[in-house]
Amino acid sequence: MSFPWANEYKPSHPLMQWIDEKLPLPRFVYNAVGAGYPVPRNLNYMWNFGVLAGFALVLQIVTGVVLAMHYAANAGVAFDSVEHIMRDVNWGWMLRYAHANGASMFFIVVYTHIFRGFFYSSYKAPREMIWLLGVVIFLLMMATAFMGYVLPWGQMSFWGAKVITGLFSAIPLVGPPLQEWLLGGFAPDNAALNRFFSLHFLLPFVILGVIILHVWALHIPGSSNPTGVEVKQESDTVPFHPYYTAKDGFGLGIFLMVYCALVFFAPNLLGHPDNYIPANPLSTPAHIVPEWYFWPFYAILRAFTSDFLIIPAKLMGVLAMFSAILVWFFLPWLDTSPVRSGHYRPLFRKFFYALVIDVLVLGYCGGAPAEEPYVMISQIASMYYFLHFLVILPIVSSIETPQPLPFSITEAVLGKDEHATLAPATPPSAPAVA
Amino acid sequence: MVRLFGPLVGLFFVAALLLSFGVGAYNAATQPTPPSAEKLFHMHPKDVKFSFDGPFGTFDKAQLQRGFKVYQEVCSNCHSLKQVAFRDLGALGYNEAEVKAIAKNWGTKAQTFDPKTGDRGERPNLPSDHFPPVYYAGQGNPPDLSLIAKSRHGGAQYIHSLLTGYVDQAGYKNEAGEELLKKFPDAKTPDGLYFNPYFANLNLAMPQPLTSEGQVTYSDGTKATVDQMAMDVSAFLTWTAEPKLDKRKQTGWPVLGFLLAATVLAYLAKRNVWADKH
Repeated sequence: MSFPWANEYKPSHPLMQWIDEKLPLPRFVYNAVGAGYPVPRNLNYMWNFGVLAGFALVLQIVTGVVLAMHYAANAGVAFDSVEHIMRDVNWGWMLRYAHANGASMFFIVVYTHIFRGFFYSSYKAPREMIWLLGVVIFLLMMATAFMGYVLPWGQMSFWGAKVITGLFSAIPLVGPPLQEWLLGGFAPDNAALNRFFSLHFLLPFVILGVIILHVWALHIPGSSNPTGVEVKQESDTVPFHPYYTAKDGFGLGIFLMVYCALVFFAPNLLGHPDNYIPANPLSTPAHIVPEWYFWPFYAILRAFTSDFLIIPAKLMGVLAMFSAILVWFFLPWLDTSPVRSGHYRPLFRKFFYALVIDVLVLGYCGGAPAEEPYVMISQIASMYYFLHFLVILPIVSSIETPQPLPFSITEAVLGKDEHATLAPATPPSAPAVA
Repeated sequence: MVRLFGPLVGLFFVAALLLSFGVGAYNAATQPTPPSAEKLFHMHPKDVKFSFDGPFGTFDKAQLQRGFKVYQEVCSNCHSLKQVAFRDLGALGYNEAEVKAIAKNWGTKAQTFDPKTGDRGERPNLPSDHFPPVYYAGQGNPPDLSLIAKSRHGGAQYIHSLLTGYVDQAGYKNEAGEELLKKFPDAKTPDGLYFNPYFANLNLAMPQPLTSEGQVTYSDGTKATVDQMAMDVSAFLTWTAEPKLDKRKQTGWPVLGFLLAATVLAYLAKRNVWADKH
């Protein structure tokens, strides 16, 4: 959003003036992420994660494109081509570990970004479109990551593909033919591997396009902030550059340190050893699990062990797993409290922490064998998950008594705001860390 | 609309979960699954230390050479090493002539094919060749060992524990004092398999490969006890799985050091920029 007090782009150098007349790209950048974009001054570090997610995508694209120069997507040679990258390609081992761990970092950053959205109700009006586009990005990320993991054609690649593509056969009537059509055969084989490679190369650029829409949609109302009170005046904001370019630079440094510690010192920590065994359709691994970032949804999928009414258990699991993400689309209309930030919503906050613990429990169960007690724990945790979004949030947003909001961001940060029409006797404090 | 149908959808899933939970809990209470023999008697790898452990660890080239000798004289009879090329052995400290000699003298020759006549033939290996396939006719399916250290939980420690872990099944007790054959008579090792508690399924098709001291003669004079040979071959197999381990850690430290310095500077710059706003 261009607030009225935004700095204006005024090129002084004749070359920059020439470019500005012919193709105003520098002006566009200045107004989008430069000194011409006012942003609330009170953003905390939870607001760093969007930029980090964008950086992680660029990282994946760069490492991925170079890896694609050396990888061969044919079932007979795929595994060996990855080993060729690891052993013979100059710095191939670094590219491969960078790409594999980059995917994990991408999900860590995106989950944090999403949970920021849950806590601060970033999905509420006028920012619903940003949220919907974000959920679309997350779905595309999951598809991309799933297909990417199949490419090395290890045991987990093959059997993970078998399980997940097998879910399509649960769809009534059209399921089995649909599954065969998608796979290009009766089971994951060369046809599936080739099309997964094609789509895995394509989807990140689709994600890039949706991210452009996501950031564009954000720039219409501008960023939200930890108080949830909208920007009213110039003293509420600072220009994005240099304030948030500097802060994001620091955040990037921390991100890169964590990332490089993984890549160089624990590159296989988040992976599964079974994927270093070449795919063997005749040998089923003892435990088939996806990568860690899918574990919460895998737990929900496996929690449905009984047929329900006319619906077989397998189909229930599939419906629930997809619904677990689809409910996020409806959040702007499920949570109707006019107060955004969890800092001023004590009852909501308690349930938010319960959700965090619930998702962590689901995650742990998703990586565990499909035995008792993990199945029973997943069932309880899945119950809470659906109750939280579909029953608890609507009720809480109706019955809750929120705490009083500050008049403006300026008041929250500086303690007082001269423009406040009703100056309170004691200034409300800035959001306390809950 | 959403607030009407949302809770209904939620309660639909909760009802299905309650049913599943109820059935599952009833089954768990009335017909609990007893722990299997594998669960009670499988042993986790012994905690042994290798030179390449930790963020500062590196390979000990002398150990890798000894390990290669063990592979060459014992393991290569059944296990292939197809991801490794003979030229890669230069990283173990052999010079070019030695590598050529190892390749040339390798037992199994490289296959040749004459496209004009259709004849198949053999030739001695060159350093550019990978270790040739091993044709094994006995019971079981010996896996290729190139990636064995990365494809098993526990890595080098698992390999060492497996190689030194063969015991007599009769009278075998676990740490809790339970005797295997008394508790699970069906777990008696079938003919042709061998008992090893470090193996996930307890019985495996590989007989104990390292049986006696001095089975392999080390050229550097190290005493070739069974434990020593197991340690050395485990280290060698870690190298075959991760030949770039040394380079990886060696690159990691300057990278992290640079990033630490840059992050500190970025933090100070951020504080500087925000100085007037706090």
